[in-house]
Amino acid sequence: MIIKTIKNIPGSEITDPLVFQQRRTLIKAMAAMMLTGTSIRSGWADDSKPIWSAVSKSPFSAPELTVTPAAAAKNYNNYYEFAFNKEDPASLAQSLRIDPWSVEIGGEVEKPGTYQLEDILSRHTLQEYIYRFRCVEAWSMVVPWVGFSLGDLLKTAKPLSNAKFVKLTSVQQPDTMPKQHTKAMLDWPYIEGLRIDEAMHPLTILAVGMYGDILPKQNGAPLRLVVPWKYGFKSIKAVVKIELLKRPPISSWNKFAPNEYGFYANVNPDVPHPRWSQNSERLLGSGFFTPRRQTELFNGYGEQVAHLYHDMDLRHFF
Amino acid sequence: MIMQMNNLRPLTIAVSIIPLLWIVFDIAFDNLGPNQMQALHIRLGDWALRFLWITLAITPVQTVTKWRGMTEYRQLFGLFAFFYASLHILVYLAVDQVFAWRMIGIDILESSYIWFGLIAYMIVFSLGITSSKASKKLLGKSWKKLHRFIYIAAGAAMIHYFWQLKGNLAEPLFYLLLIFMLLGFRAVIWIKNKQLSQMMIPKGRTSTDTEAD
Repeated sequence: MIIKTIKNIPGSEITDPLVFQQRRTLIKAMAAMMLTGTSIRSGWADDSKPIWSAVSKSPFSAPELTVTPAAAAKNYNNYYEFAFNKEDPASLAQSLRIDPWSVEIGGEVEKPGTYQLEDILSRHTLQEYIYRFRCVEAWSMVVPWVGFSLGDLLKTAKPLSNAKFVKLTSVQQPDTMPKQHTKAMLDWPYIEGLRIDEAMHPLTILAVGMYGDILPKQNGAPLRLVVPWKYGFKSIKAVVKIELLKRPPISSWNKFAPNEYGFYANVNPDVPHPRWSQNSERLLGSGFFTPRRQTELFNGYGEQVAHLYHDMDLRHFF
Repeated sequence: MIMQMNNLRPLTIAVSIIPLLWIVFDIAFDNLGPNQMQALHIRLGDWALRFLWITLAITPVQTVTKWRGMTEYRQLFGLFAFFYASLHILVYLAVDQVFAWRMIGIDILESSYIWFGLIAYMIVFSLGITSSKASKKLLGKSWKKLHRFIYIAAGAAMIHYFWQLKGNLAEPLFYLLLIFMLLGFRAVIWIKNKQLSQMMIPKGRTSTDTEAD
């Protein structure tokens, strides 16, 4: 009879946390080096230099957009796991543990598995995507994200033909996330979903950085979704799990208030939220006496994505 | 007592102006955060609501403390509620929307939370312009009836507050609790008065309306 016991790892084999940490930093530096082509020496010489300042711009980066000041993007965050206001996540999120980080890919795929973030990064080319970001609360920003195509990542797991939807799950870390700890408001962890064609669309990215640097924790570090033609709440932060499904997942806000937050959540000036208009938006960084901006259908990405919804009643599928 | 209260008038006005100076200071020194327009709406709206609540607190305070001469202060605080509510709307029209009437029209039409804000403002406006002693005399009995609409204004303002939020209800719940206390106090007085008058009036007759306002 075989009795399985837990094998004690001798102390000598346990990696010293400091060494472990250094190794991570090294891997990150190497990943950054491979991606940007800068030498490791220059990368280390100046710590303050944004590590991804030299990545190439995605063709989807609209050249006419004026980027919102980084300070606004970093200090005005909806991150309900930390706080219900937009000021506190910038400080509260700093306690989030993001290293090491792995992402589980499963469901209707040929090759399910769990991948270390470093491994994912080493296999994908990072680019800068300057996108409009429109919140359901009628404010917007223009953010230069650094990331890679979600579709490319999904392809590596080889989706099966019956995979029709993608479910993304955010991290569950109640000891660092106060609102998860008190089980406040939404059903944690945060869940979002996309139709498979939306997920495979080249505009849909997973971001690891913004403004040329590593993503701040309050903005969804270390890995977040960005779907520029949908309201901001679709762009789930701190992703730990990606599942391909036959049926649509129920997303967190949709579950909380189904008549207010739909599964699609496409930016649409003609479909108001039940309690407020979506016709215009306040562009952050625009000063006093600057009129609000007219909101565009699909947040201005209609040319690229309108065909995904050509036979759908967007009032019904909001 | 009345003398003392009158001396407090300039001070009350000065203190009531401080929130505005504070907002102006924050605008000047860029302290309103990344979404300064929304911050401005919230700050002015909050003060309009607070002054409305203070106005409604005067009668209970007067009843409890038996102070006389507070009616004047009720008018003063009411006018400050009117003042901050007017700034709230002026900022929306002139600074946020910059008089883009088409966009304003769509925004109001499609935003039900604004409807309640408008109801509250129209009431506060009517009460504000009829707050003088002269109009009180002129309107006679209907003045009191008109000014009872303040309760509708408070309710509408409360809905306006709740109706625009995504789920963070802690702050509006605080104001809701306060208004329940203020109105609850009136309800208790009203019931007591009714009981009292019923005891005084011989059986068979109905009591006259002697509610507190």
